[in-house]
Amino acid sequence: MSAFFEYAFLQRALAAGTFIALSCAVLGVFLLLRKDAMIGHGLSHIAFAGVALGFVLKLMPLPVALAFSVVASLGIMKLKESAGLHGDAAIAIISSVGMALGIVLATLAGNFNVALLNYLFGEILAIEPAEVALSVGLAVVVLLVVMRNYRTFMYLTFDRDSARVSGIPVRRLDTWITILAAITIVLGMKVVGVLLVSALLVIPAAAGLQLASNFKTAIVLSGAVSVVAVVVGLVAAYVLDLPASGTIILAAFVLFGLAFALKKCRS
Amino acid sequence: MDSIADKPETLIEVDRVTFDYGGPPVLLDVSLSISAGDFLAVIGPNGSGKTTLLKLILGLLKPGRGRVRIFGTDLEAFHAWEKLGYIPQKATHFDPLFPASVKEVVAMAIRPPRKIGAPRKEEESAIRQALAIVGMESMQNRRIGRLSSGQQQRVFIARAIVNRPQILFLDEPTTGVDAETQEHFYALLGRLNKEIPMTIVLVTHDIGIVDRHVSRVACLNQSLVYHGSHAEFCRSEAMRDMLAGGHLVSHRH
Repeated sequence: MSAFFEYAFLQRALAAGTFIALSCAVLGVFLLLRKDAMIGHGLSHIAFAGVALGFVLKLMPLPVALAFSVVASLGIMKLKESAGLHGDAAIAIISSVGMALGIVLATLAGNFNVALLNYLFGEILAIEPAEVALSVGLAVVVLLVVMRNYRTFMYLTFDRDSARVSGIPVRRLDTWITILAAITIVLGMKVVGVLLVSALLVIPAAAGLQLASNFKTAIVLSGAVSVVAVVVGLVAAYVLDLPASGTIILAAFVLFGLAFALKKCRS
Repeated sequence: MDSIADKPETLIEVDRVTFDYGGPPVLLDVSLSISAGDFLAVIGPNGSGKTTLLKLILGLLKPGRGRVRIFGTDLEAFHAWEKLGYIPQKATHFDPLFPASVKEVVAMAIRPPRKIGAPRKEEESAIRQALAIVGMESMQNRRIGRLSSGQQQRVFIARAIVNRPQILFLDEPTTGVDAETQEHFYALLGRLNKEIPMTIVLVTHDIGIVDRHVSRVACLNQSLVYHGSHAEFCRSEAMRDMLAGGHLVSHRH
């Protein structure tokens, strides 16, 4: 553990990883209960295209991916509402197009270089100071927006029609939730990569939901699982010389397993 | 003869409303008004447009033709939503794993929502009062998914009345609830109507069980077949036609 006090790159990874994982877990609880967990998978593919575009334009990939994903998330919403598509078809279409675009743009950017592969598989240990500031800042914004709208998001998730009749602007809040999901996905991509980022949304939230007796506890437990997973994952990655993305998600899965076992023991 | 001053205030006006879902009209040229203090049962056969009418009044659907006014304001310009309470059809068909306590379910409806750091004393009191009215105060920390359907419906009433609305709308609230619980449920609605007093609009197909509490009946079958007092409805041809056609259920306990 002393290495975490010595090496700046580990401190950066811990700071960014903790805040990003926390925002993913908190938002993940709402997405899971809205039966919208797949949006994380879809948006991660879009984010990949955004990263590739950043490389083509020779810009910082994270802000480009952010802008790209937010626009695409609104596109998914529009497609879901107006195209009369069934189930997750809109997400499937947009995510496939995103990945296809990512492959084409990555090729135009000079093929699949290491930096691009880092976004695909995640490399939190290589996070730059500017990216830490951006990530922590945005994660705090996501957490504040969720806290500010905590009850209305919960009402909207639990009973949409009643929420509408009580005057809640459900479409506007749907848009907010989708935009927040796009932001957290892009941030999470830096921690665990495109391929695993949806796990950062789903697994801690699913673990928290196993044990929670009320909504507040679900949020707190999910957040706690995500933070512990990041810390344990980073320590394991450093000590065992393994990729942090893999160890973080595996740690989250072990915590989910413990929560599941505890629930079974209780019942 | 009632003077104008004694006449109850008109809260809802449905004016020549027509609506369809892209096919033949579900509602055709329906006009009715709901006054303060009414306990109105909206009845009719399956597919007669009862739920559609409720959704049009609540702004969940937009009429193809005609207009709806609430508290004298056109629905498009209406913003005082805290004056309305609503329990949708199949309210109890929520995700049973949803991790909300009874208290959280009631609190989610409080308007305007509490800002971070604002005092919670008034909210706590409103939640406690709403739960006390429906007799669920002792269960406020229980998870909503672990209650019986009847208890869940009482919690949803508490949620619907937590802002002390002037009108409570309920859409087939006792579907899947046993007869004894239904009786208690309607007695509770009767108390809300008389004691608070709260105007109640109830969509149901069971005229028998509500006949002790309902003051007025609106009978729909695409258009408005009858709208008037419950006593007159019981003697009307509309009632006989409905019962003869097997469109209404009359449970008496």
